[in-house]
Amino acid sequence: MKILLSGNEAVARGAWEAGVKVASAYPGTPSTEILENLAKYPEIDAEWSPNEKVAFEVALGSAIAGARSMVSMKHVGLNVAADPFFSSAYTGVKGGFVIVSCDDPGMHSSQNEQDNRRYAKFAKVPLIEPSNAQEVHDFIKFAFEISEKFEIPVLFRMTTRISHTKGVVEVGERKEVPVKDYTKNPQQFIILPAHARVRHKVLEEKLINLREFSNKTELNRIEKGKNSLGIVTSGISYNYAREVFPGAWILKLGMSFPFPEDLFKEFYKNVKEVIVVEENEPFLEEEIKIMGYKAEGKKYIPLCDELTPEIVRKSFNNEELPHPEPIKSVKRPPQLCPGCPHTGVFYSLAKLKATVTGDIGCYTLGALPPHNAMDTCICMGASIGNAFGFEKARGKDFSRRLVAVIGDSTFLHSGITGLIDIVYNKGNTTVIILDNRTTAMTGHQDHPGTGITAKGERTREVDLAQLAKAVGVEEVYEVDPYNLKETLKTIKKAMEGENPSVVISKGPCALLKESREKFKTKEKKRVNDEKCLGEKCKACIRLGCPAISMIEGKAYISPLLCVGCDVCTQVCPVEAIE
Amino acid sequence: MKEFNIIICGVGGQGILLASEILALTAMESGFDVKKSEVHGMSQRGGSVISHIRIGEKVYSPLIEKGRCDFLISFEKAETLRWVHYLKKDNPVIIVNDFKIIPPFVSLGLDQYPQNIEENLKNITKNVYFVPAIEIAQKIGESRSANILMLGLLSRFLPFEEKTWEKVIKENVPAYTLDVNLKTFKEGRTLLD
Repeated sequence: MKILLSGNEAVARGAWEAGVKVASAYPGTPSTEILENLAKYPEIDAEWSPNEKVAFEVALGSAIAGARSMVSMKHVGLNVAADPFFSSAYTGVKGGFVIVSCDDPGMHSSQNEQDNRRYAKFAKVPLIEPSNAQEVHDFIKFAFEISEKFEIPVLFRMTTRISHTKGVVEVGERKEVPVKDYTKNPQQFIILPAHARVRHKVLEEKLINLREFSNKTELNRIEKGKNSLGIVTSGISYNYAREVFPGAWILKLGMSFPFPEDLFKEFYKNVKEVIVVEENEPFLEEEIKIMGYKAEGKKYIPLCDELTPEIVRKSFNNEELPHPEPIKSVKRPPQLCPGCPHTGVFYSLAKLKATVTGDIGCYTLGALPPHNAMDTCICMGASIGNAFGFEKARGKDFSRRLVAVIGDSTFLHSGITGLIDIVYNKGNTTVIILDNRTTAMTGHQDHPGTGITAKGERTREVDLAQLAKAVGVEEVYEVDPYNLKETLKTIKKAMEGENPSVVISKGPCALLKESREKFKTKEKKRVNDEKCLGEKCKACIRLGCPAISMIEGKAYISPLLCVGCDVCTQVCPVEAIE
Repeated sequence: MKEFNIIICGVGGQGILLASEILALTAMESGFDVKKSEVHGMSQRGGSVISHIRIGEKVYSPLIEKGRCDFLISFEKAETLRWVHYLKKDNPVIIVNDFKIIPPFVSLGLDQYPQNIEENLKNITKNVYFVPAIEIAQKIGESRSANILMLGLLSRFLPFEEKTWEKVIKENVPAYTLDVNLKTFKEGRTLLD
């Protein structure tokens, strides 16, 4: 049966067909839809974990216990999970264990474009790189087989264009794979130094065998050409190479680590010149050069940013297809939605001229105009540690205008440990938790604070206020972010206090069903042109609400976009919004 | 087998992803290979959105190379400009929803909404169609079906049968909107008659 699937849907489908029993993940673009789709299958135990490290440890535990297991995450998620990742290469696994890493070349929705192929070499595990949705579906099954054959975790590396491109996929049916017998084996699974020394040697032997396998596997192939040019490529880049170099020989790598040295040597005999077409790091190029062979890649092709067919063409041929000249459009960055609960908080922080250490989520948009209410954003959970660092560097007086801002899902991911640090080390930093009751930016995934599992079942929910109190925060406030006066007053009080404090802004994401139901009962706002002060005021425009714009010198509220949240009526000095 | 490279663009929330999904599925049902590429995540929040759809006998790159786009379908006027350099030189087709969404950057005085959009586009190709898609869709019954109207207009240029389009629409829109959507699609398909 042929169906249209995205790469992420195809990895879920392929894993289901491969008999996966346990799957775990933390949401992160471009990986999120993998677990969302796995959760639909009744045969698979799929969970949203609080963070990638926990997700990794759960899936690894299942694999050690004998089940086929999979963990998926965005590229930077593997940094969070790096500790168990490296250990797992030493311990090895019993049931097949596949780690899906979705990298984001071009940084469509990420803070960096690290190339996680390097992680495979670093941790010493095999690396699989599919080039399209059909290969994703097919290769994930190979990945489980390789993992079980060599008793080793397999890194399955996708990129945004693989994850989010839909293509035609021939699918199959599920084949049940029984859970293997479990026998206690401390020498393998307890990595005490004495055991780990042995396991390191075992891993090195596995790598020798894997290199041999890499030369023979059907995942790697030579595509015959008509001229003497040889292209070595993998992943999405293969598609661009195929279109830009129609006559070339191609060494197409689906298993790119360990590098198939013998296969490359055979390929090399047929060509006069070798060019490596790969996105970001010169991963394959280095492997070839280490072997002592001549090849060029990054000499021509940019290391930074996502590749496109025109970049590949221009890099090597110094030409472009004829096309119209570009025309300047208008800046249209993403923005907080109409009715977003974060709007009131960032409006208040801008008013208070606070120093704001930020975090990862929709609320990072508070850094943009008109709020400009953010000073740092580093990685998941960093806001709280960063704020405490500011306090240490600049003193208690400075910290009266200092606040860390973090979402509910991010707080549970890795913010709680930072809060414990503030209490333990006698800080007085304020933390605002923007509790919108979902993981919003990635498209509304549940988390331990929502009381719903990935399977849609009810569960016990983490009470954020109780949690803050339990770690020793005495000043815990809850505010309604749609009430601007109260929000501003509470944040100010918390910041000026002498103790660590937590302000929980309680407003569900405006796109959640419960919010949409609430907004249905509200009347949309309109501007009374006679009262509106126009260009000289623009108080409502400074909310950054997408529904409000200036048209012919007066504020205008789009009836298509307005949800009636009532925040703009609170900022208009002349009551012109009705 | 002929190749068709289509860009659908606009602003997050305008139904771009649904329109491109229906297009890709119709191509697949009609026996073509198809790839459809778009980016999820941060850009969905009111930002600029683009979907590349490539249809042919065998499609490799999910991205349309600059200079290869046959059809640029834009749901917002200024967004059309952002992607014109993807068009081929030779007689491309541009279909524009005659509708402006003013970004906050303009209201804040940080940028200007582009002028002379019609003129600029007509300089690129004679095949430019400005359609009041939201008004027409509203008259038929639902302004949010403007994306389906645009798709109907595009369908005139593509070799897929009307019944295949209708089948795919039926399978991909909520049942209670089906009648309005089918009517709107037909209106789009006959708009140039």
